[in-house]
Amino acid sequence: MATARKLLKYKPSKFDYKKNLRARNISQKIAFGIIWLCAAIAVAALIAIVGYVLINGLPAVNLEFITTRPAGGVSGEGGMSTTIVTTIYLVIITTVIAAPLGVLAAVYIVEYAEETETGGSFIFAIVKYARIGVEILAGVPSIVFGLFGFIVFVSRLKLNFSLLSAGLSGACLVLPVIIRTTEEAVMAVPRSYREGSLALGTTKWQTISGVVLPAATPGIVTGIVLSIGRVIAETAIFWVTLGGSYRLPRDIMSSGRTMALHVYSLASETRAFDKALGTSAILIIIIVALNLAINLSSRQFAKKFSGK
Amino acid sequence: MENKTNGISKLSVEDYSLYYADFQALRDVTIELPANKITAIIGPSGCGKSTFLRSFNRMNDLIPSVHTEGKIELDAENIHNVDVVELRKRVGMVFQRPNPFPKSIYENIAFGPRAHGVRDKQILNQIVQTSLKQAVLWDEVKDSLNKSGLALSGGQQQRLCIARALAVEPEVILMDEPASALDPVATLKIEDLIQQLKEKYTIVIVTHNMQQAARASDFTLFFNMAEDRAGYLVESGNTIDIFTNPKEKLTEQYISGRFG
Amino acid sequence: MTREIFTRKIQQIKDEILLLGSMVEQATLDSVIVFKHKDMEAARSLIQEDQAINDKRFAIENAIMILFATQQPLAHDLRMLSAMLLVSNELERMGDYAKGVASNAIRLGASDIPIPIRDIEKMAELGVNMLHRALSAFVNENMELAAKIPDEDDLVDDLFNKAYRSIVNVMVSNPSSIDDASYLLWVVHNLERFADRTINICERTLFIISGEMMEMGVSDDEFEDDFDE
Repeated sequence: MATARKLLKYKPSKFDYKKNLRARNISQKIAFGIIWLCAAIAVAALIAIVGYVLINGLPAVNLEFITTRPAGGVSGEGGMSTTIVTTIYLVIITTVIAAPLGVLAAVYIVEYAEETETGGSFIFAIVKYARIGVEILAGVPSIVFGLFGFIVFVSRLKLNFSLLSAGLSGACLVLPVIIRTTEEAVMAVPRSYREGSLALGTTKWQTISGVVLPAATPGIVTGIVLSIGRVIAETAIFWVTLGGSYRLPRDIMSSGRTMALHVYSLASETRAFDKALGTSAILIIIIVALNLAINLSSRQFAKKFSGK
Repeated sequence: MENKTNGISKLSVEDYSLYYADFQALRDVTIELPANKITAIIGPSGCGKSTFLRSFNRMNDLIPSVHTEGKIELDAENIHNVDVVELRKRVGMVFQRPNPFPKSIYENIAFGPRAHGVRDKQILNQIVQTSLKQAVLWDEVKDSLNKSGLALSGGQQQRLCIARALAVEPEVILMDEPASALDPVATLKIEDLIQQLKEKYTIVIVTHNMQQAARASDFTLFFNMAEDRAGYLVESGNTIDIFTNPKEKLTEQYISGRFG
Repeated sequence: MTREIFTRKIQQIKDEILLLGSMVEQATLDSVIVFKHKDMEAARSLIQEDQAINDKRFAIENAIMILFATQQPLAHDLRMLSAMLLVSNELERMGDYAKGVASNAIRLGASDIPIPIRDIEKMAELGVNMLHRALSAFVNENMELAAKIPDEDDLVDDLFNKAYRSIVNVMVSNPSSIDDASYLLWVVHNLERFADRTINICERTLFIISGEMMEMGVSDDEFEDDFDE
């Protein structure tokens, strides 16, 4: 602390900055301490939940479990093979419906809606209300989508409990998310790219498809993968549109059961908690793997195009 | 005030005014820009130089509140009667901050010609090479065309953008302070490049750097901002005359740095 | 007012040029007095003092170069600074003329050859007067003043012709005096060239104001080269 003593020899300042400095350092330490504590609690909770499931569920998991079909019954015999397949089918159908719609809708809202000032207040109104609608829908509980799907797709359109009904309902659920993330990804593309492209004598669509969308791809993909995660994790919405059959779906009109639904079913209708936990463990592992995959690939993507 | 030049006029402006909604940004500009020469546009901040530059390739159309009066002609053809996409092919632009696309160097340059319908790989390769050579960048990147355009240095990126603009075979190249984001060495390289380009292209460059305008141009336009903040053309003439013996007092003051 | 430092530095150089001008004026008048009284000591010290004139000219040149490098002058400033470079050069050459008169005084030594001293004095007086006004017009960029001066060169030329005639007559009538007479010729020639150079300064003044280089006055001297040693 020799330096501290030296400072005392200097001309005293009008305010006691040294005391203030100490106070500021202390309050910083406190703030960071609290932040660290919150982070630690969050991580601890996460570890606790995931850890509990994994520790208790993994013993029930073995190759046989994964590859055998569920056999139904009070004690929940069998494995979970068909549920894995059903989940995959459902993800594919939902994404195929929702992704193109969502991405293109978002592109319209961002790129073409600029011209609303000259295009007339009608388009302007549509875009404005569409934006509000998307925001609202993003907060609607999934069971409401489920009921909507049940009434419209399962009953009215007579699609019954099927992958199609579930897919359509799932699409409604994730559409707002895809639209929002795509919108943000597209808006994040710098204006300079668009200007650079237009200045070459390209049409607006060429600019969007050739420069803007490729640049926004990481963000768009993240949105889509998020919705995939949502589909894998949802229960209520699919419970009322997919049905409960644990058989392997034959076609798009077949009923089926996703992994999440299987966990619910095992837990509420049987006593096979071990199998429920086992299925949960697999589910968690898949979701974690999915998130890791997003992270890694979007970082790779970003590296490739920023050249760092 | 007579603003005639010798030589053929590539671009001709007549009583051109531009408004952002009610605000007049440019007032009654009349000037002819000669072909195959470098025209520099100088003036204080806010005098409308960039706005004026962007009028030539109708980039101002992208802003909804803009409306204009008067006319601008390219080779005696009113640019508002030409399809804007075709206009922008003939009148290219290089921006202040280099803005290469997040693609490879090759793709950056091939993007334009592809959009205009060139599909043949051979021809595209040729175009990429020619453009990079014209932009004096070929030797530095010829072995790494697949590298991302964003991995280049600032000066290289700007030359890449110039190559990209050249790839669509424009007749006029507009440059908005092309070297202002670059270090002095890169700046001089760009100036040399511009001198080489003028043989084949007509170049219009906005610059706030007086020495650059004096070094690198043949013809100079001096814009000023009026009290109502509208930009207007004060004086135009051969660069050497403007910088050694300008006619207008305002020009003299601005060039000697005795403004305001 | 922007560029205060630059403006101040230009003013300083102008003052230095005026100072150099008065050094040259003084040297010229002194050289004629020295010549008249055949003061060898004074002649020698005059020749040495020419060094001060040279030094000042280089100092001015240096200062102007520094301004070129650091201030990037354009338009009017550019014309003025480059004109000042040339004017300082002219002044230095005019100083050399004065030195030449003094050297010739030494060469003539105690010779008793008749000297058209009245004409010589008059030429020097007129020349110095022209220089003084030309420099004043230069630093003040006064076109009217500068425009009047070239015509006065005619008076100097007339005096030169008169003196030349009389010296040649001396040479013809007394061939053994040719050596000394030729020194005399150089002296009057120097003073005639002195006046001519003031016209150059006026031309530079016009250049600063209008940006155009023009020849002013009519130069009719038969001697194109400078004899100043």
